Amino acid sequence: MSLATAGATAAGTDVHPAQEALSRARRGPRRRRALVVGVLVLLLVGLVLVRALLGDYRISFPDAVRILGGTDIPGASFVLMESTLPRAVMAVLAGAAFGAAGGAFQVMLRNPLASPDILGVTVGASAAAVAALVLGGLRGTPVTLAALAGAVAVAALLLGQAGGHGAATGRMVLVGVALAAGLLAVIQWLLVRASIYQAQDALVWLSGSLNSVTWAEILRMLVVDAVLLPVLLVLSGRLPVLGLGDDLAAALGVHVLRLRVGVTVTVVGLVAAATAVVGPVAFVGFLSGPIARRLVPGRPAVGVAALVGAVVVVAADYAAATAVPGTALPVGVVTGALGAPVILWMLRSRSSTQESR
Amino acid sequence: MPLAAALGGGALLVALAVLTSLLVGVQRLDPGVVLAVVTGGPADPGAAAVVAARVDRTLIGLAVGGAVALSGAVLQGLTRNPIAEPGILGLNSGAALAVVLGIRFLGLTSVTGYVVAALVGTVVVALLVQSLTLMAPRSEAPVSMALAGAAVMALAQSLIGGVLVTDRGSFDSFRFWQVGSVAGRDAGQVLDVAPFLVLGAVLALTAGPTLNAVALGDDLARGLGQRVVLHRGLAAGGAVLLAATATALAGPIAFVGLVVPHLVRALLGVDHRRVLVVSAVVGPAFVVFADIVGRVVAPPSEVQAGIVCAVLGAPVLVLVVRRVKGM
Repeated sequence: MSLATAGATAAGTDVHPAQEALSRARRGPRRRRALVVGVLVLLLVGLVLVRALLGDYRISFPDAVRILGGTDIPGASFVLMESTLPRAVMAVLAGAAFGAAGGAFQVMLRNPLASPDILGVTVGASAAAVAALVLGGLRGTPVTLAALAGAVAVAALLLGQAGGHGAATGRMVLVGVALAAGLLAVIQWLLVRASIYQAQDALVWLSGSLNSVTWAEILRMLVVDAVLLPVLLVLSGRLPVLGLGDDLAAALGVHVLRLRVGVTVTVVGLVAAATAVVGPVAFVGFLSGPIARRLVPGRPAVGVAALVGAVVVVAADYAAATAVPGTALPVGVVTGALGAPVILWMLRSRSSTQESR
Repeated sequence: MPLAAALGGGALLVALAVLTSLLVGVQRLDPGVVLAVVTGGPADPGAAAVVAARVDRTLIGLAVGGAVALSGAVLQGLTRNPIAEPGILGLNSGAALAVVLGIRFLGLTSVTGYVVAALVGTVVVALLVQSLTLMAPRSEAPVSMALAGAAVMALAQSLIGGVLVTDRGSFDSFRFWQVGSVAGRDAGQVLDVAPFLVLGAVLALTAGPTLNAVALGDDLARGLGQRVVLHRGLAAGGAVLLAATATALAGPIAFVGLVVPHLVRALLGVDHRRVLVVSAVVGPAFVVFADIVGRVVAPPSEVQAGIVCAVLGAPVLVLVVRRVKGM
């Protein structure tokens, strides 16, 4: 913000032609954005290395390079390739999906509370996935499809509530909370029906866990991310126009309905795919958007939100794995414990300028 | 609707609920047999055991339903917030977390211990949610309150998850407790916690005039001679006591405290004195009916009363929210 203001003041007092002043004013935020993205990428790479190499079993960096090059080092190879590296990679992929989805929803619905996890979309995906796990005994792709169906159902119900004007009202958030509470009861019923072993698996998954990620799942998530994230980035660039109101946006040549449906479908796809593999990692979508907006103010920062999401999940997974020696806590326990105070703090600092009608 | 008619109707509902609860279940029993067991006549021991279990769960359902409905009615009046309810405000989750921590780290086993732990958890959450709501702008109070509750719920669930994932034994007993069930509990527990229930009920039922004054705004209430802070504190204490005791007895049962007072208000109008009394009668009937529905909906297994209440209650919350103005 300060850079942008500085640029604007320069534009006002400078004797240079307006065109040049304008481009200079634009350069500040752009440079800041590049800097933020660079720092986040470095942080992410660093965290992934820490997560992959410095677990309970430490692996030196040269060893890791040799293992990736194909050399087999007894012990280290197994730990790296079957445990820590898949977890780190999956944390990045799922975190990016949750972060981008949350950021995009918050921009589209013009409400910082309107992330898929608060609105119950994630719970819808979980309920359907648990039903597939417990009642159908399904694994793999069918669970993803079930999660997708659940997420689509909740999103359709909620956006039906939004009606004409498109911003997430307090009413819509409350309806989401109600839906989430009802679906949570369904999940708990499914847990009670299941055998203790199934139920414990489901509980670990429900808390959001990277404990048993396979390379097949990573490949599936990678495909989803590779297809949907670029689409979401392109679409979200047009979202600020919606802030002018639907009529004005339509007059400016934006297909309002098509844009909204496109973003929703992309978000739901990302959330459902990530949830089906790692479970509803609490609050990642909700947290990433506001953090990203604070880092790069003024523009819909869906890409930055994706990076933030990835950083948060990798860091939380490392914390979860090392916080209590001897036990591997699910990553969602850490993000949940982090996220709740942030919601509370956001509620406190929510000014009356927020959308609440 | 006149109060007497409402109370009479409520009493009739309770009687009907109790009767149905004794007669209906996974195990089919002849009404004559049930009557014989209840009146102490000679009966087959198997049938007697089934009927005794039904009597227990009916009694627990009555106690829990009354407590939660009253608690919800008081909370809605006190906060002047139509969606205030022990489940949505996270009070139940706070109580559940405290009970889990108590079971895991202090080795609690008795229901009285549960009540004390639940009480501590509920009070902490109530203070937290209320202070957070006060910090947000007044016009957004319902949203802030629901979100503060949701955040507390999420935090509590994470911590409960963290405790339970590391301990299979606690998890197995807790997963049946946390869905909110009136089955498989000993009715003697109602007697153990009776002092808490009675105290809470007295505080809540006498809160009617306070709540009516609060509805006019604090300044006017003070002008009418109310000692606002004291009476509010007493009413809140009653609501918290009832919510904590109900949670300790049956696990977190959500939405009853929302549905019942709204139903009663739709029939009787907004006078809190009437709403409180009638809620205390309708609530027990609601929970017992929810338990009956849970018994017959998916034979041969049962759906716990708390789950039935949530599934019935979520649409009611949506309806209530749609009618709230100014959001």
